[in-house]
Formats: sequence, C-alpha cells, structure tokens
Amino acid sequence: MIRWPRFLKGLLVSDAQADRVVPPSGYTARLTVFAAGAMAFLAVFALALSLASGRLAVRWGDELGRSATIRIAAPADQQQAQTEAALRILETTRGVQTARALTTDEQADLLAPWFGADLPLDALPVPQLIEVIETSEGMDPAGLRLRLAAEVPGAVLDDHSRWRAPLVKAASRLRLLGWTAIILIAAVMAAMVTLAANAALAANAQVIAVLRLVGATDSYIAQAFIRRFTLRALLGAFAGMALGMAAVSLMPRAGDETASFLTGLGFQGWHWLLPLVLPPLAAFVAFVATRLAARRTLEELS
Amino acid sequence: MIELENVAYSYGGGELLSDITLKLAPGSFHFLTGPSGAGKTTLMKLCYGALLPTAGQVRLFEADVRSLTRDDVAMVRRRVGVVHQDCQFLDHLPVRENVALPLHVSGRSQEAEGEDLNDLLHWVGLTERAHALPPELSGGERQRAALARAVIMSPDVVLADEPTGNVDWEMSQRLLRLLIELNRMGKTVLVATHDLSLIRATKSHVQARVLRIANRRIQLAGADL
Repeated sequence: MIRWPRFLKGLLVSDAQADRVVPPSGYTARLTVFAAGAMAFLAVFALALSLASGRLAVRWGDELGRSATIRIAAPADQQQAQTEAALRILETTRGVQTARALTTDEQADLLAPWFGADLPLDALPVPQLIEVIETSEGMDPAGLRLRLAAEVPGAVLDDHSRWRAPLVKAASRLRLLGWTAIILIAAVMAAMVTLAANAALAANAQVIAVLRLVGATDSYIAQAFIRRFTLRALLGAFAGMALGMAAVSLMPRAGDETASFLTGLGFQGWHWLLPLVLPPLAAFVAFVATRLAARRTLEELS
Repeated sequence: MIELENVAYSYGGGELLSDITLKLAPGSFHFLTGPSGAGKTTLMKLCYGALLPTAGQVRLFEADVRSLTRDDVAMVRRRVGVVHQDCQFLDHLPVRENVALPLHVSGRSQEAEGEDLNDLLHWVGLTERAHALPPELSGGERQRAALARAVIMSPDVVLADEPTGNVDWEMSQRLLRLLIELNRMGKTVLVATHDLSLIRATKSHVQARVLRIANRRIQLAGADL
C-alpha cells in the first residue's frame, strides 16, 4: 500500500539514489516530455480562447444590454415633430440615461457600407434614428413601447434583445468549449503518461524484482517512477507553456477587441499569469496517472 | 526465525512441495540439497515471503506470512539476505551502488558512504571492482557482490540459492568460507546446492545440517554432515 504523506515527502525531497535505481529509458522519457509540451501548448490556446470569448460575452452582454434604438418612420412633414415628441418622452422615462437623435451625417455613415459614401440622404425617405443609453438599472421596454405607441405612432423601439441574446449565448458556448478543450487536453495527457508509465514499469519488471528482493517498499519503488514522470511532465509542460504564450503574444492585435474576435484572441492584464498554472497542473496529472499505473503494476507483480 | 510447518506448494496444477516442516534456528547452518527441479528454489522463496504456501504455515520472525502486507514482507527482507544463482543486479549501477542498495531502500543512504561498505567490499575481495558495472564482472565476482549485498544490512538470516552454480571449485570454496564466516558471526545460513562434494568439503569447517528434497518432501531432515 502506498502511504501518501511519506510518498509526497519523497517526491518533494530529492533522493539522488532513488532517482538512479530506475535506468534511464529513452522513448518513454521523450514521449512524456513531448506529450506534456504539446498538451500545454494547446492548453494555452484553449485558455486564451476561453478567456477571450468570456470577455466578449461580458462585453456584448453589458454594452448591448444598456443600449436601445428608436426608429421614427413617419411622413417627411411629421418626422421632425415625432422625433421631438419621442425625445420628450425619453426625457421623462425612468432608466434612460441619455437619448439623442442621430445627425444626418451619422446616419449616412451607418448606411455607407451598403450604399456608398455619396448617398443623397435628403432625397430618400430614411427613418430618423434615436440612440438611447440606459442607466445601470435599465428601463422598462414594454412600458416605453406603450407610451410611444400612444404619442408617437411612427416610433419603433428596438432594445437589441433579438440579436444580443444569440451573440452572448454563442460567446458563452465558445468559452465553455475552451474549458472543455482544457479538460480533454488534461485527459489525453493523463492517457499518454499512463501509457508511457506502463511501458516503463513493464520494461523494468526485473528492476522491480531486484528492489523487492533487497527490501524496497511499494512506496519507494513507485516513487522512483512517479518522481521521474512528474518531473518530465513539469519540464515538458513548462516548455509548451512558454512556446504557447510566445505564440499568443505574437498574434496580430487590434485596438478594439469587439472589432474582430480573432484579433482579440489572447490574454489581458493578470490573465497572462493564468498559463503559469498549466505546468503544475500537468505535473499533478502525471503524478496521479503514474501513481495509479505504478500501484496497478506493483499489485500485478506481487 | 523461519519456520515451515506442513507446508505444501502447488503451481500449474502440480504439487511441487508437500508436507515440508523445517525450522531454521538462530545461528544454525543448513544445506538444502536435491536434484535440479526438486523444489530447492521454491522452498527458498517460501522462506523469504516471495511465495505463499498453498497449504500449511510459514512463519517469518514469528509472523504468519499470510498475514503480512507487502510492506511487511519488505521489512522481513531487510532481515533476510538473499543470494540468487543469477545474482539479480541493477546492471546500470556500479557494484558499489548495487551492494549498498539495501541501505538506500531502507533509508540509510548515509551509511552507504561509510567505511563499513569499503570494509565489506574488501571482505569479499571486490575493492578493485567497486566501480565496475555488473555485466563486466566474472561469475565469481558477481556471486561475491551478491553476497556482500545480502549481508550489508547485517541480516539475521542469509539464504543462498546455488551460490556456487556458476563458479569454479576454488571460487566455490572461497564463497563457502565467506558463508561459514557469517555463520560464526551468529547469522543463520541456509545454502541450497545440488553439489554434494561442496557439502563434504565443508565438513571440517562447520557443524551443518543437510536437508534433502526428493519426491516433493524433505527426506533426510536432520542428518548431520
């Protein structure tokens, strides 16, 4: 039976001889280092994806949730009067922080991507847009719609809920996918380390027999293997993490993250510290995987 | 110290040992002889907990072997030095580290650097070969290294399974003298060998008992050499 306290102490306190009793093994060592490195590299990207999509979900949820648009579609001779009436209603509407009618130039800018910059807006029956910014408490869109219907017949309130919800949902799903990828990466790494540890244990059955002959406990034998695989995983994951962070930092950036999701993929502020968790996490996964493999093998060989 | 009572051992449907009763008293010297395949190695393995009897009882230092955990068996093996015919070394470690291995696995690594280890290597005549790897050793050197490893923990019992199987007559005599010397130090010694001439040659040096295994049983238990 493996005793955890002694076991952990043995793992943390270096025993040069315990490290030497297991002969250096070529491909299992390289496999473990490579697997840990590759998984940590991928995990950095999954983490970046998850954090970036999380930021987008929050931003879209906050910013779009706090804004609304009123469209005044009235005959040309009534449009100005209805716009002023709508603004008066908004001034007295609870939860509205600011409301203003867009200028002709601003509306032309909005339409320019579709109709070109030289659009003769004066000659077209374009509805007047009013931008509404809500307070943090928010307004009551249903109540506002009733008041607008009664006093401004050409007004249509759009609180963006129709397209805000799917966007926020998509960003949240993307964040979930990122975390799922990290869990899968950890599972794959555990599987790879288990395979490598099993191969090493099987290849060293004679070494185990000798150690048992001279009075080695299961803890001592297991520790020799676990320490080796844990340190390999730590080393590989550290290298993979460093490369992953370098790759993320080299990705093209844009000033406004919402402008393009891809250019916003990365870490911000203290989030740059989060990948540092990956090497210890990889070492822990290797520790558990090797421990289970060692326990199973030592029971089989007894 | 080590007691077997009505022990039987079966493997693969066949009974290898049957109704074995044996007691290794402190300070005694026993030879275990018999033809190849008679079960000498199996009996030795029963004596240090490497195998469990299929019937009867094996007591190692007063404890029933069936009640021992694997860690308990490890503790028993620190009190029983074993020399195998094939020696069983860690081939990637030099002789010195192989001999000191029991100290390391029992948490006494600092003693591996002491004079006792040098004295022990000198006693078995391996001072010059201390840094050689096991595959570089001759048969006799391997056996002497295995003997040094078996006694470095100052065990109560030394079990030697065909320790002279791969060496010439002169080296056999030398190894046997080392085992006799250990017995004079108070160690209990059990030597398994099929070489009766070796037993006869020891007659004038030690009061030993010869146990012969034949037809799955100890047939001449208690016969003095």
